[in-house]
Amino acid sequence: MATSPANGLPRWEADPILIVEHLFMRFGGLIAVNDLSFKVGRGDITALIGPNGAGKTTVFNCITGFYKPSEGRLILAHGRAPTPEEIAEVTRIGERSLVGREAGVFLLERMPDYLVSGGAKVARTFQNIRLFTGMTVLENLMVAQHNALMAASGYSLKGLFGLPGWTRAQKAATAKAEYWLDKVGLTDRADDPAGDLPYGAQRRLEIARAMCSEPILLCLDEPAAGLNPRESLELNTLLRAIRAEHGTSILLIEHDMSVVMEISDHVVVLDYGTKISDGTPEAVKNDPRVIAAYLGVDEDAVEEVEAELKLDTNPTGAGA
Amino acid sequence: MAVQTADTAPPAAANPVLGPAFKDALIVGLIALGLFGPLIGFETVIIDGALGLAYRPSLLAIMVGIIFFGRLLLNVTLWSPNRKPSTHTGPTLFDRAGTVMGPGVKPALLAFAVLFPAIAIFSLGGLNESRYLIDLGILILTYVMLGWGLNIVVGLAGLLDLGYVAFYAVGAYTYALLATSAPINDFFAGLFGATFWANWAFWICLPMAGIFAGVWGMILGFPVLRLRGDYLAIVTLAFGEIIRLVLINWVDFTNGGAGIASIPRATFFGIPFNAGPDGFAALFGLPFSPMHRIVFLYFVILALALLTAFVTVRLRRLPVGRAWEALREDEIACRSLGINTTTTKLSAFATGAMFGGFAGCFFAVRAGFVSPESFTFDVSAMILAIVVLGGMGSQIGVAVAAAVMMGGMEMLRNLGFLKQIFGNDFDPSLYRMLIFGFAMVAIMVWKPRGLVSTRDPTIFLKERKAVSGDLVKEGHG
Repeated sequence: MATSPANGLPRWEADPILIVEHLFMRFGGLIAVNDLSFKVGRGDITALIGPNGAGKTTVFNCITGFYKPSEGRLILAHGRAPTPEEIAEVTRIGERSLVGREAGVFLLERMPDYLVSGGAKVARTFQNIRLFTGMTVLENLMVAQHNALMAASGYSLKGLFGLPGWTRAQKAATAKAEYWLDKVGLTDRADDPAGDLPYGAQRRLEIARAMCSEPILLCLDEPAAGLNPRESLELNTLLRAIRAEHGTSILLIEHDMSVVMEISDHVVVLDYGTKISDGTPEAVKNDPRVIAAYLGVDEDAVEEVEAELKLDTNPTGAGA
Repeated sequence: MAVQTADTAPPAAANPVLGPAFKDALIVGLIALGLFGPLIGFETVIIDGALGLAYRPSLLAIMVGIIFFGRLLLNVTLWSPNRKPSTHTGPTLFDRAGTVMGPGVKPALLAFAVLFPAIAIFSLGGLNESRYLIDLGILILTYVMLGWGLNIVVGLAGLLDLGYVAFYAVGAYTYALLATSAPINDFFAGLFGATFWANWAFWICLPMAGIFAGVWGMILGFPVLRLRGDYLAIVTLAFGEIIRLVLINWVDFTNGGAGIASIPRATFFGIPFNAGPDGFAALFGLPFSPMHRIVFLYFVILALALLTAFVTVRLRRLPVGRAWEALREDEIACRSLGINTTTTKLSAFATGAMFGGFAGCFFAVRAGFVSPESFTFDVSAMILAIVVLGGMGSQIGVAVAAAVMMGGMEMLRNLGFLKQIFGNDFDPSLYRMLIFGFAMVAIMVWKPRGLVSTRDPTIFLKERKAVSGDLVKEGHG
């Protein structure tokens, strides 16, 4: 799944949808993300894991435009992997994006949050669920289609007079919302306020709402938090279905290893804002640095790992 | 379970009531004595040209007595430890009444509003006699319209705007300045005849007043919309005051505090309401009466208010309206869904301001005179109170609240009968604001989310279910 048959490279190297390059995020003296680079493969489910406070949500906020990174480049590629020339060109001309017919390059660090979602088609969910609690489930899904409906309503002019073009668009949007309601099993509760749903259903609704904005990259911040094992299992099925049926790439932060190891094609591990491991779930699971970061180690092992790390980092440090 | 313990447990009845109640009332009475002693017990009087002190022990005793016995009464009845707490859940009486009358109440109110002048004229026995009631109707409808306009900003988009009167003022002054402008009058006199501008000014200026106010809404909105909550409220309050102060101080342009007088009156689509041969009465074969204009004005403001309601209801079901409500619920989630929150907020501000501008234009044509005095913070506060009392986001609630508030304030002017109780020195109108305040507190205690506290969903799949007010957020700016 994760390797492309053409040249044996893993997919995130061969056909990346998102390239994070040298991302730094500083809050005053605190460095939350420290020179982070990784790639997300098109059509992959990529997990970003790490202990609490490792900077995962900060990375998410940078990708989705909620934070302006202190340094770094975030390249989102529509259609196909961008060539280095395309990336250099869009960086040089100072535009936010360069969109051709079959491919587009977006520099997310240059875009405000609403354009990352509306223009670059990156949708996200939140660690603490952010639904419109006073609106019904269906209304939540309609709000997610705002930009498409806004254009269809002639920026409210056509809609105000109820012209047929608008009515059609509204019907289509409702149909799409119904499709996603069916997908997440909330059709029966479509007319209930979102705030009345149980926790697990709210999580699913948030994913459905994000999907209604037709993203090419879906960023999920701890989608399995607070779910029971059965709901976690359903979540896995849902995420696989999203990837299989809509070709949406998924980037997720997760602590629940049953979810991470089960569904992801590619895992990136963060600790203290730096990347400590990057690879297939199998490779990451057996990486001593990951084990050390997660479980902690006794004194001897610390020295051992430190020695190993020095061996690892010194040559590259000298090389750079 | 609860019933069982109440039946079997004797301690419930054995709780001593009278002793603690008396003790508590005594303490509260003493506090009242300490507070009222200096406030009511002493009175400064002029004795032989010098300031002297007089004492009012009897009044003090009455006040403290009221506090003491009132507290005692509450302690043994409502606040008694033996009183079984009401376990009533579910919709309150008011909500149930609302659901029963729900479908009929809107057409009924609309029919009443349309027939109101006829009802007033027939019940009071003549055009001239009904003037007071129809004027009151115009006043109430003006505030209904202003409430509906502000409802877009505060109720739907959740932006607390304390300076709404600024847009009312912009609308009023737009009409006042344009209609009395000599160059414009001369220009149209050359084109269409001498009386053209006087007869048509209102109908031409009405849309312009709305557009100007909307543009002002955007101009004022742009710098303040990065603020949230309390800060937004303070800045909008300041903008409201700035507009008023500019109107006072820019004497060359606005004629300052003296205001602008002899503004052309409203016409029946170009036909003036006068006694002349071209006037409304003569053309329609009616005996001339100044009341024709008043009744016409009533229908103009009714139409304007209904336009506001219609547009708001329509906009709520459009993406822009849903985005406003989503913004009120969660701004960050909105941004994550690709909604440009700045333009969404600006559109809410401008739409609300536009209706304020229409209302202002109507105010100017009705009064025939505008001055900065009419656009004080009191008006903003009154409109906001109407929106909050009515239930934020609810059309019908705002309309009822406006009728109750403005009508109630007027009723309080007519409390002459109280003089028979309290003597001729008693002036009930002085207590207007006190009673008004009590009413506000009472409503906020019993209906904290306003008269209509449920939210009507804008779209439904199978069944339209009202959303409980507990889930709906008020917005954070």
